[in-house]
Amino acid sequence: MGISPVLWQFLTKWLTTSALWPQEASTIAPWADALYIFLWLVTLLGLVLVGALLLVFSIKYRKEKSPVATQIEGSTLLEATWTIIPLGIFLFVFVWGAWLYFRIYNPPADAMQVYIVGKQWMWKAEHPGGQHEINALHVPIGRPVQLTMISQDVFHSYSIPAFRVKREVIPGRYTTVWFNATKEGTYHLFCTQYCGTLHSGMIGDIVAMAPEDYQRWTEESTSGMSLAQNGERLFASMGCNSCHNGNATAAGPNLAGVSGSKIRMDDGTVQVATDGWLRDTILNPSQHVPLGYKPIMPTYQGQISEEGLIDLVEYIKGLKTNYRVQQTLDTSKSNDAAPMVPEKVTQ
Amino acid sequence: MSTIVSLPDQATAVVPKKNYITAEHGLLSWLLTADHKRIAMLYLFSITFFFFIGGFFAGMVRLELLTPAGDLMAADTYNKMFTMHGIVMIFLFLVPSVPATLGNFFIPIMIGAKDLAFPKINLLSWYLYMAGGIFVLTTLVLGGVDTGWTFTTPLSTHYLNTHVVTTATAIFIAGFSSIFTGLNFIVTVHRMRAPGMTWFRLPLFVWSNYAASVLMVLGTPVLAIAIVLVALERTLGLGVFDPAKGGDPLLFQHLFWFYSHPAVYIMILPGFGVISEVISTFSRKRVFGYTAVAFSSVAIAVFGFFVWAHHMFIMGVSNYSALVFSLLTMLVAVPSAIKIFNWAFTLQKGSITFETPMLYAFGFIGLFTIGGLTGVFLGSLGMDVHLTETYFIVAHFHFVMVGGMLMAFLAGIHFWWPKMTGRMYPEGMSKFAAVVTFIGFILTFFPQFIVGYLGMPRRYAAYPAEFQVLNVLSTAGATVLGVGYMLPIFYLAWSLKYGAIAGNNPWQATGLEWQIQSPPLTENFLETPIVDHEAYDYEWLERKTQRELQHVG
Repeated sequence: MGISPVLWQFLTKWLTTSALWPQEASTIAPWADALYIFLWLVTLLGLVLVGALLLVFSIKYRKEKSPVATQIEGSTLLEATWTIIPLGIFLFVFVWGAWLYFRIYNPPADAMQVYIVGKQWMWKAEHPGGQHEINALHVPIGRPVQLTMISQDVFHSYSIPAFRVKREVIPGRYTTVWFNATKEGTYHLFCTQYCGTLHSGMIGDIVAMAPEDYQRWTEESTSGMSLAQNGERLFASMGCNSCHNGNATAAGPNLAGVSGSKIRMDDGTVQVATDGWLRDTILNPSQHVPLGYKPIMPTYQGQISEEGLIDLVEYIKGLKTNYRVQQTLDTSKSNDAAPMVPEKVTQ
Repeated sequence: MSTIVSLPDQATAVVPKKNYITAEHGLLSWLLTADHKRIAMLYLFSITFFFFIGGFFAGMVRLELLTPAGDLMAADTYNKMFTMHGIVMIFLFLVPSVPATLGNFFIPIMIGAKDLAFPKINLLSWYLYMAGGIFVLTTLVLGGVDTGWTFTTPLSTHYLNTHVVTTATAIFIAGFSSIFTGLNFIVTVHRMRAPGMTWFRLPLFVWSNYAASVLMVLGTPVLAIAIVLVALERTLGLGVFDPAKGGDPLLFQHLFWFYSHPAVYIMILPGFGVISEVISTFSRKRVFGYTAVAFSSVAIAVFGFFVWAHHMFIMGVSNYSALVFSLLTMLVAVPSAIKIFNWAFTLQKGSITFETPMLYAFGFIGLFTIGGLTGVFLGSLGMDVHLTETYFIVAHFHFVMVGGMLMAFLAGIHFWWPKMTGRMYPEGMSKFAAVVTFIGFILTFFPQFIVGYLGMPRRYAAYPAEFQVLNVLSTAGATVLGVGYMLPIFYLAWSLKYGAIAGNNPWQATGLEWQIQSPPLTENFLETPIVDHEAYDYEWLERKTQRELQHVG
């Protein structure tokens, strides 16, 4: 008796290539899977319990065996039991889930930075070293990687199932997510927030590589200009340096060491200079006037792309002590690696 | 002395010549009626129509997903299919399903009233619903809409060229239909209960519809606001949600889910009510812990308003607000668990029979247990990160909405069909349909949990090949499910003419609706009943039946 070719194809091709459990390829994945398995055990327990009650009562008290019902008002003890036990289980799940959530969304301090810009319908990745990728992301294994993400248009969502991480990518604000890949390989990248026509085409590859392969990849793929260098160039060409030139008498505040610091504002509030805050001050400067300065900075809304903003943010973040005010830019020299910590101004 | 009109029972019964169906004739007598029962029937026909429209879209979605490539239709067409499926099913089927049909028909009778408090507003509700439905159909004819039922900004406001405003109008209008229905129920339950019908003698169906009504009245206006803002932003360029104009796109999410999460309870609570009635009737026993079941409905309604941000855990809300919303989400799961166990223990020491409504109710309990517990997965913060926006969430809410609500609706339709039409549905056929529906449902939606955990995102027209086997199973299941839903249309229509005559109380149930003739008179009761017993008091029913037998004998 021969097996039908269609069935044979189904058995060999489909079943062998089909997946039932996602790969575990990040440090978070085993933790997420543990909670997932626990939750299914709870579900199974609930289902078996309810199913058994229905089955046993249905057999024992069916009309043939139990022609007359015995009326029961209720039972406070029983009801308290099935209020408190589920509540206890749910609270336990809450604590476990919250712990995992904080782990997923609070990056370690030493995480490597990559910027992601989402747009209909592609993912752009910007590495600080000047590597640009579309619909792909190369990362080393064994090292925390933090993604700072923003959308140019609608909501997107950056999802890497094999790492069990995902975060919405929103227009107008940075969101972040981090992971630490554990296994070399190529994994799916999906946009999971519906974003229009080619939503299902907004996919890509996450390539997790051994550190030395990653090193080689970085060297081969660099565009020659780091993000900070691009930012420095923009800083000059947009005229930022005419006010933010680091002089005590300048119209704009000195930006050295601003990133990450607390800044006292004109209206008395204290704001923390996060990446998102830096971006927002460029676009909406009138809402972020530091104490002692006049609200004279013009808005740059609509004049800089999200990539440009990332370059500027990356540049400003690198301004540790003081900075060189670059009046003329010689692009021919920019292939020399720019110092991540700019030189001190010698005036 | 029983004040309730007694008429002959099933064995000798004929369909009474005078009833709400025969009271008047002609199309206009239906279109201009103020009788809650006739309006309920108008709703029943209209929601069934829209159910099959929505079902068609679901079928197209499943057909496209049979193969990994997006080969059946263009990506835009696929996006329209799932959008129209969601909009039609939620706003034109699930929200009005039980309240506007069974609730409309039975709440006044259950509390011993002649009609709802505002009969004409009740008719207006149906017209508003139909106006909303016509706007949806117009959208369809004009070429559809592809925002997804969630209308996420700025996609819906700035990036799509489809008929967003027409659809928004439809939802806005249909929203008022449910606000008016809710208002009508609230006033009716407060003001029109028969003498002796205290709050704690109300059938649980009334309690759960009352809780759902409160949600409708308080929640729907927020949806209306959100949808108007979307329309204004789209047409006039208002900058409420547009970050380029200083707006906040997350604000839309807050407004939308402030309605749309309670909307889940608007959809499921009336279903809970049906299940309480059915389980009690077919086990001949009062509902175990009546008060707990009644108050758990209220608790769900109250907590239901404070969990909306659990749809936004990955959207960059503060970690600490996520913490609060996750905790509240866990709390809202508890009343549902209480209900499940109370229903199970209602069976204990009962005298159980297994007619079709009971089969659907069993199906409901099983599927809702899975649906509810998988909701706990999603309420758990860290787990939600991986599961949200995948097929896991699609499977979860279909277990609740289709496995739960639709099963409850079908249980209710079969349970009250004899009362609504005076005829019995064919038992064998309908049991078969119930089993087919159950099997089809499991086959359709269970694989989606697995494919969701694998990471397959929702709303994808094309997907990686390794997800195909699970999708093929799901599509196969949808075919079976489709058959399960077509069957009742045929045998229920058949039963209108050929079904056995039901008599007043074919199930020997205790509710006031079962003490009057089937189908009821336009005025429901010849004289206002005086209620001297609690809900589900089968001993009272027995005493009453004996007394009547003596009278007749």
